[in-house]
Amino acid sequence: MKRVLMAVVLILALLVAGCQQGENGAPAEGESLILATTTSTYDSGLLDYLLPEFEEANNIEVDVIAVGTGQAIEIGKSGDCDIILVHARELEDQFVAEGYGTQRWDVMYNDYVYLGPKGTAEIVAASGSLKEALEAMVEYMEAEGINFVSRGDNSGTHTKEKNLWALLEGRDVESEDWYLSIGQGMGDTLVAANEMQAFTLTDRGTYLAMQDNLPNLEIVFEGDENLFNPYGIIPVNPKKHPHVKHEAAMKLVEFFISDEIQAKIGQFGTEDFGQPLFFPNAR
Amino acid sequence: MSLLASLQEAIYLLVTRDPYVMDIIMVSLNVTGVALILSTLVGVPLGAFLGLTDFPGKPIVTALLYTGMGFPPVVIGLFTFLLLSSVGPLGHLGWLFSVKAMIMAQTIIAFPLVAGFTMAAVMAVDQNLIQQLKALGATRAQAAWAAIKEARIGVLVSIIAGFGGIISEVGAVMLVGGNIEGKTRVLTTAIVLETRKGNFGVAIVFGIILLAITFLANLAMLQLQERDLFAR
Repeated sequence: MKRVLMAVVLILALLVAGCQQGENGAPAEGESLILATTTSTYDSGLLDYLLPEFEEANNIEVDVIAVGTGQAIEIGKSGDCDIILVHARELEDQFVAEGYGTQRWDVMYNDYVYLGPKGTAEIVAASGSLKEALEAMVEYMEAEGINFVSRGDNSGTHTKEKNLWALLEGRDVESEDWYLSIGQGMGDTLVAANEMQAFTLTDRGTYLAMQDNLPNLEIVFEGDENLFNPYGIIPVNPKKHPHVKHEAAMKLVEFFISDEIQAKIGQFGTEDFGQPLFFPNAR
Repeated sequence: MSLLASLQEAIYLLVTRDPYVMDIIMVSLNVTGVALILSTLVGVPLGAFLGLTDFPGKPIVTALLYTGMGFPPVVIGLFTFLLLSSVGPLGHLGWLFSVKAMIMAQTIIAFPLVAGFTMAAVMAVDQNLIQQLKALGATRAQAAWAAIKEARIGVLVSIIAGFGGIISEVGAVMLVGGNIEGKTRVLTTAIVLETRKGNFGVAIVFGIILLAITFLANLAMLQLQERDLFAR
């Protein structure tokens, strides 16, 4: 019994140590701000690159919740975050129009690219327009039994993908056998597409950041202006949810649209990938 | 990264006490430890009560408990999320995206496991013993304590089951914790994140650390059990 007691005491002591460590991990003083954003800004490393400077200068800790744009907007609507940084223009405008957000600011953009199995670029990219490329892709998938992997999570990328399919007027791609909706983040989707040697749509930033882990894929179509992907930042409206930290959220907006940070955004990734992942456009 | 290289990397990160990794381990231990204590405090008395007492409606309570044992954790995560959301009934607590929310979800997930296995263990205790104790004037609480002591190996297994449920959980803690670096990121959600980024090597490192912690904890609990077996 004594040994049992000793063991219990030991386990408890360990747990208490664990608790204290956990608490120490967070700075005691200063505010914290919850930023709901997309997996693309977080997984690419952009926020880790920018935010420490903000946290230090303002003594505000930014807690990043990286989810799909759909979920980020819902978290904003229920007042469970203070500010959102997302990319689905229509949903964003609706978010502001319905009074959930105060105002939308341009932050940056990147672009989408279509990926496909190695060797298919010549087939798809040979087409001139985006519409022709989509037609060529569908024809190839049907002939070769290859899949298209969709995020299927109502994220900004998923929304964009659906809008782009609309170019094939009247075609209900989601009911096709080759269309796989996997309901996961961008990284998961790229990993899945790589494993299945399938086509998919991705933002260029995530693709470049993960390229080394995606040996079976290559860019098959890029550069069309329809593939533009603007990111907006929107503080949650304190009139809807009085508890949100609006002041701190506004500081974050000013941070993102400041000349200095805009320049930093434009430089991010150039060292590692030879090209920027995001293009600042706050003006 | 090969498995061997991952193992080396895991050991290196542990030995050098890499702050990112240490944070994740500490949050994991914190959430698991507190949730396990809470589910034990709720589950063992509840299981003992159900195992020793007959009352109308007991089959329904038991069926509910067994359902709880097999309830998908992610549904409990969703339920906890809606409860704690600022527009939900417990929103005023401000617990969403914090360790508290994770502990809450984990406790709801684990206590039916502890209670269910405790109930089975206590029911297997010789009824004559309990009858005799009561005849000798033991109060209900004293008889229950005696039954728990008699069934201690089974009760320990129930706590091990609860521990297993908690440490391996990922969906619910992802939803209610938000996987915030340094705050609510635990080993399982870190594995999901690194896999999402395609960093399979790092993901495997976290997997190895998770396995090691689970193994050590089980080893410690087994030590208690075996000592008990030999003592008989």
